Amino acid sequence: MTLLQWAFDGLLGITLIWLAWRTLASADLFKAIVLFIAFGLLMSLAWVRLNAPDIALAEAAIGAGLTGALLLVALARLNVVAAQTGDIESNTKQISAPEDSARTTAVVGQGVSNKHNLFQYFLVLMLSAVAAGLAYAVLSLPSEAPGLSRDVAENLNVSGVSNPVTAVLLNFRGYDTLLEMAVLLLALLGVWSLNRLPEQYESSPGLVLDMLSRLLVPLLLLVAGYLLWVGSRAPGGAFQAGSVLAAAGVLLLLAGWRPAARFLGWPLRFALIIGLAVFVSVALLMMLPGGQLLQLPPAFAGALILLIETAATLSIGVTLAALFYGSRPRSEQIPPHHTGSGGENE
Amino acid sequence: MNNAYLYALTGIVLFTLGLYALIIYSHLLRKILAINIMASGVFLQLVALSTRARPLLDAVPHAMVITGIVVAVSATALALALMLRLRDASGSAELIEESTE
Repeated sequence: MTLLQWAFDGLLGITLIWLAWRTLASADLFKAIVLFIAFGLLMSLAWVRLNAPDIALAEAAIGAGLTGALLLVALARLNVVAAQTGDIESNTKQISAPEDSARTTAVVGQGVSNKHNLFQYFLVLMLSAVAAGLAYAVLSLPSEAPGLSRDVAENLNVSGVSNPVTAVLLNFRGYDTLLEMAVLLLALLGVWSLNRLPEQYESSPGLVLDMLSRLLVPLLLLVAGYLLWVGSRAPGGAFQAGSVLAAAGVLLLLAGWRPAARFLGWPLRFALIIGLAVFVSVALLMMLPGGQLLQLPPAFAGALILLIETAATLSIGVTLAALFYGSRPRSEQIPPHHTGSGGENE
Repeated sequence: MNNAYLYALTGIVLFTLGLYALIIYSHLLRKILAINIMASGVFLQLVALSTRARPLLDAVPHAMVITGIVVAVSATALALALMLRLRDASGSAELIEESTE
């Protein structure tokens, strides 16, 4: 049994490294992204092997699923822009192999190529030294290190939940999670203020995607609700539920669904900030009876965590789906020449 | 010595591979992929080393990695938007090599 486990872990490790290498070295960017999604799925297998089912859920939904969708849509936009400007040369160059550009350099000038190769050998040498040093550091660590596990186990009964990971995320280290919600919101604000691409790159989805979204979206909503509820005592929680919710949103967006314009004004903003708003309100309210910021009283901790998590799930789901959508949706139909930065809309 | 060290070492190799790709490739999408692979390596090592708390479960690194995964996807989305914007402005999503002369 143990031998079998060693064989499995060894094989998984080697496959992960091989997939990472193929992702980074593959000539075609589309292939690279698909390999990266496969890499994320195998990573979640590794999390299960490391006894971390919470991370496995988050990795499968966010690491593999949503990051993959974001990368694919960005690649599609890169190619769309290239096709629109008729810039076929740079388009092919952009998806061409790095080996190709190295070869071109070799043709242009032998001296440059030699310098390039020399630099690569030097880099490989330096990075091997870094890896060897890190490996030495890891192997020379003491084999037993309880870390904070005893503190978590001792205080779990006052945290309001029985899943230690949820307890750490929303009670013991609630500050991290609060700031993380702010990071999500900031990323969306950044994306919204940067992007001015035309939105009509999507066409009609076809029958399969249409049917699939009708079947899958209710199921995804149910799974999100279950993950949210079960997170207090088993693997699950706001982030996993939120990302499943975002997956439902991405599927709907891919199937051509767009929320009605009247939902894109303040209702959308409300859904985006409610997670952070509830979290901050609860954190501040705890200071009123003389407590400290984010100090949840054991009697209400369970209910407060569920409240925060419900709001956070909604916000995370909507934020991640909005990140996938890319540009800021307009609540009213404004003609393109009124959009201020509509230069490229012609 | 247990199986977790295998994953810790895998994490180190992933980190180094990502760092190598981050330095040598000039296309920004490849650099973003490389950063994501590096992050996976760091997460893997962090959780693998936290299994030294056995038989207890050290939930703090687990929570940190979940936070990290969400921050990584936010950073990736912002980086991709920046890349598309650079592409609009300069016509190419690749960094220009300076050592052409």
